Amino acid sequence: MPTPDTATHRSALIGAPGRAARRLWSAYGGYALGFVSLFLIWQWASLYLVSSVLFPPPTIVFRKALVLVRNGVLLEHLSASLQRILAGFIAGSLLGVPIGLAMGSFRPVRKLLEPYTEFLRFIPSVAMITVAVIWFGIGEASKIFLIIYTTIFIVILNTAAGVSAIAPNKIRAAQSLGATRAQIFFHVALPATVPYILTGMRLAMANSFTTIVAAELIAANDGLGKMLWDGRLFMLVDEIFVSLVTLGLLGFVTDRMFRWSIYTFAGKYSPAT
Amino acid sequence: MSLVSFDDVGKTYRSLQGVDYQAVEHFSVEIEVGEFFCLLGPSGCGKTTVLKMLAGFEAPTSGQILMGGRPVTGAGRDRAVVFQGDDSLYGWLTAIENVEFGLRLRHVGKAERRERAMHYLKLVGLGGQEQKYPAELSGGMKQRIQIARVLANEPQMLLMDEPFAALDAQTRSLMQLELANIWQATRTTVLFITHDIDEAVTLGKRIGVMEAGPRSRVKGVVEVALDGARRRTDDPFLRYYKQVYEMIRDEVAKSIARAD
Repeated sequence: MPTPDTATHRSALIGAPGRAARRLWSAYGGYALGFVSLFLIWQWASLYLVSSVLFPPPTIVFRKALVLVRNGVLLEHLSASLQRILAGFIAGSLLGVPIGLAMGSFRPVRKLLEPYTEFLRFIPSVAMITVAVIWFGIGEASKIFLIIYTTIFIVILNTAAGVSAIAPNKIRAAQSLGATRAQIFFHVALPATVPYILTGMRLAMANSFTTIVAAELIAANDGLGKMLWDGRLFMLVDEIFVSLVTLGLLGFVTDRMFRWSIYTFAGKYSPAT
Repeated sequence: MSLVSFDDVGKTYRSLQGVDYQAVEHFSVEIEVGEFFCLLGPSGCGKTTVLKMLAGFEAPTSGQILMGGRPVTGAGRDRAVVFQGDDSLYGWLTAIENVEFGLRLRHVGKAERRERAMHYLKLVGLGGQEQKYPAELSGGMKQRIQIARVLANEPQMLLMDEPFAALDAQTRSLMQLELANIWQATRTTVLFITHDIDEAVTLGKRIGVMEAGPRSRVKGVVEVALDGARRRTDDPFLRYYKQVYEMIRDEVAKSIARAD
């Protein structure tokens, strides 16, 4: 018969992994359940609700995906799209942040550049595809141009809004602590704007996905959009679905990574204060 | 010797509709070196306008303000400001990094600025909280960071704009007591803005009572001849309270009547 002492000892032993499992469950359990239910409903709908070759169930799509992973086709398209997105997104952000900071800090700069931003941001990047292809051909240059185009205005607008949202007392405090204009910019304006910059970049990332698929649908030799287009041409419905699922997963993962890096590296720049 | 002199200062604001509002007019007062000067007045009388002009955030429209004999032309590190709200703190910096902000601007070495910041954090009772971010601290603690931040910069004078107005009553009277002790220890010149008679009598060496706005000016200056710890229940304290109260009562009534 176990004494009370050994009983607590045993429950402590079981308790440790139990607690870890519970923590894991409360962090990711909801997601896991959500994804599982998504695929279950899809499976059910394609088998019993629609029951057509035009709407393949996830089992067939995954089998096809496995084939495309093994022969390297999926990875080739995926990396083509991802490289374009990253190149354009990074270039667009690197250009957009300083322009947004300048527009937010100096009224003349804002007056000068607002016609550009306010005019161009209403021309959707999808509408620019034709021009981009005429200018840059169907190679990488036109895609990267389009991603820069779709990224830059969101980053500029958010950055400029962030600068003008700085509490005047933050600037005044720095002035009476002896800060020069340059010091106010680097020690106050820039860090205070970081949450807005990151939000702008996150939104731009989502837009980049829309733009890259549209661009690849119309003019490309590879990429997930090209895969969609080929699927339509040759009636490879399961390949279309592989591309769609890949896009969804890719977007989900990149957004999570973005959120995670904001949380890890810039958590202290929380807009709360 | 006077450190600050307001000489017939006026400030007129123009609204977007082009209507002029004269916040203060013929405002004159002298603040002595090392004194704790309270500027007391009903809400909307232009107390904060006076502080902003001395801080150099806004320029007077008439008259002039001298600091150490030289006209005030802009903000400077000789006049440190403690703001009413906590929006002047840098949320991305820890408590100690906020306090050493001014030292970092002047490129004081890391070890030295840590040491000095730590000294002032302890002085305001925030020892052990130095690695926390402002969002993790209470309202009273945030005001302590602001006070430590200006003290660490060693200014010639402190400008405090109702720094305790947003705090709860208990925290406020505790902070008043601590500020009185800090002033006793440092003897820095202070201009303290308040609408609270009790606070003014508790802290001030002299109390400038302002008229109701617009075109507000100093109605009179009361010298508080109390030494050491001031207790709200002592007779002399109550006498000063009554004296200031008599001066400001009509002004409060006027400011309320005008607001209606």
